[in-house]
Amino acid sequence: MNRSIVLAVTLAASLSALGMEAALAQEAAIPPPQHWSFSGPFGLYDPEQLQRGFKIYREVCSTCHSLKLLAFRDLTDRGGPGFTEAKAKAIAASFQVTDGPNKQGQMYQRPGRLADHFPPPFPNDQAARAALGGALPPDMSDLAKGRGYERGFPWFIFDAFTQYQEEGPDYIHAILTGYTAPPSGITVPPGASYNKYFPGHNLGMPRPLSDGQVKYTDGAPETVDQYGRDVTAFLAWASEPKLDQRKRLGFQVFVYLIVLTGLLYFTKKRVWRDVHHPAELTKPPASA
Amino acid sequence: MSASSIYTPQNPFMRWLERRLPIGGLVYSSFVVYPTPRNLNYWWTFGAILSFMLVVQIVTGVVLAMHYTANADLAFDSVESIMRDVNYGWLLRYVHANGASFFFVAVYAHIVRGMYYGSYKEPREVLWVLGVILFLLMVATGFLGYVLPWGQMSFWAATVITSLFSAIPGIGGAVVEWLWGGYAVGNPTLNRFYSLHYLLPFIITGVVVLHVWALHVVGQNNPTGVEPKTEKDTVPFTPHATLKDAFFIGVFLLFFAWFVFYIPNYLYHPDNYIPANPSQTPTHIVPEWYYLPFYAILRAIPNKLLGVIALVGSIVLLAFLPWLDTSRVRSANYRPLFRVFLLIFFAVVIGLGYLGSKPPEGGYVTAARFLTAYYFIFLLIILPLLGLFETTKPLPNSISESVLRRSAPAGASAPLAGRE
Repeated sequence: MNRSIVLAVTLAASLSALGMEAALAQEAAIPPPQHWSFSGPFGLYDPEQLQRGFKIYREVCSTCHSLKLLAFRDLTDRGGPGFTEAKAKAIAASFQVTDGPNKQGQMYQRPGRLADHFPPPFPNDQAARAALGGALPPDMSDLAKGRGYERGFPWFIFDAFTQYQEEGPDYIHAILTGYTAPPSGITVPPGASYNKYFPGHNLGMPRPLSDGQVKYTDGAPETVDQYGRDVTAFLAWASEPKLDQRKRLGFQVFVYLIVLTGLLYFTKKRVWRDVHHPAELTKPPASA
Repeated sequence: MSASSIYTPQNPFMRWLERRLPIGGLVYSSFVVYPTPRNLNYWWTFGAILSFMLVVQIVTGVVLAMHYTANADLAFDSVESIMRDVNYGWLLRYVHANGASFFFVAVYAHIVRGMYYGSYKEPREVLWVLGVILFLLMVATGFLGYVLPWGQMSFWAATVITSLFSAIPGIGGAVVEWLWGGYAVGNPTLNRFYSLHYLLPFIITGVVVLHVWALHVVGQNNPTGVEPKTEKDTVPFTPHATLKDAFFIGVFLLFFAWFVFYIPNYLYHPDNYIPANPSQTPTHIVPEWYYLPFYAILRAIPNKLLGVIALVGSIVLLAFLPWLDTSRVRSANYRPLFRVFLLIFFAVVIGLGYLGSKPPEGGYVTAARFLTAYYFIFLLIILPLLGLFETTKPLPNSISESVLRRSAPAGASAPLAGRE
């Protein structure tokens, strides 16, 4: 039901790629920084949030956006949404996947398995463009790493110390919540929607989320802000599924390196003691 | 040297081998008893760090190559499959990608040290020229490697950089087509870049061997720039330099690990997580940070051919430092004027780096032109003239004298009779 509504809305609104580029010069607002569970040296994904985010991807985004680098088996990975294997199998089976050719030489549809990747909503880019009036929705697998905004001096220097890595998620959340009425005097070309965070402001994607659109079963608020946060967290996981493994190993490496470097420092100090306080050099020269 | 510098193995097999291939003796004389100046500071550990990083890059690179597919249609997805499906593939790739950056961090520190302490001067000219060749090879290797993930920045960086060759009068267009293997950057380009990216590190390794060989012939420079005169001026390489290098490699790895594990994409461009698309140009095409000063020089010059000449010249001129610098005093510590001009030069290079990351418009271009002018004026005019007019500070008689003067209490004079 929801799927068809979104599809219909998107179909009706066609994107003018040329109009987008012409307006690129316009300044976009800076995305406000959000709190993410996966930021900082110990921050990990929140499985419940990822499950909610997956629900939004499934019911809303997947109508147009592919997620082709992800396999159904990834849904059970540690540090991810934490679906049980049975649940992930059921999710996979609810998707129709193209396989083949079979013995008759025909391609055929079958329910998905854990090893399958998420099937794309359109068979190819041209089909997507044809269906969406020329617009090509980007694949979402790497979206959270492939988007961002200019941090500028001196913030980019501070970011190295504060470990701020969430430009992509902040930007995506800002886009999802940034649909406003255009300021007076600004005309939005047909098929585009005004978004204050999008460079050039005329976004080909019509406003995808509205309050109460997706039903949550865990009591989380059903607001655009919460939806945006949840689906962004899901996309962050999709783009960096090994974050959990990376940060855990990183901590171990740090403990190891600090101990090793400390031991090397004291060994070095011991060896160089005689060089820095050279007994033979501090004596008066024999020939003096 | 003393009798201890002769390698006399205890192990019967090593004695047998030594008479046939004196490799044990080579290692012993080069890395154990090799006399190293006693006053070296931590800037002298970057040589060891660079050797270490070269090994890291080759090891991670060889394993990555087992999983990578050099095909314009498959390259991007194969890198993503390394990140997602290969065991610890994310670690290999993040170490390799950030390793390139840290390789350049180390090489820039190494170059800064060489320039500050005059390590390029007689008799170390060949050592220095080999170093500039190594830097050029690193620049080429880094660029070729950045193209391999075949993201938007990979593709467009390849397009911009290879197009520079079109500035060559007459044959430019033909050269570019020859580099591309076609009429645009495409699959043949990717294939040859991959092949060369695998080849160059081994050429680098070969030149590193020459670099270290030359170093061991002329010996290390030191912060005073005064050659070691007696055994008192030096300490054996092992354990002194070995441990100092090992400790500082540890410190360096802590910085490296911070990037690899916590901010692995800090130095990466988001656009490179978008697959290459020949029909869509990114808003700003920016090279990796370590090329930015040279990129700024390129764009500061309005004429394309002259810009390319300036770009190449800015690196090649460094090879002529031993002859551009006419002063006989090595270390900037004893050259007050040179020291100021050199520190400004370093600041100018950092400034150019910042400007290289900005769009080439308005005030950024003007600023880049001023800084580019200083870059060349410093190398071509200030350096040759300074040696003729500068009054230098008196040099210490020996390394040990300078070490003692530094560790002596204020007011005391060397030699320090009766000091505890």
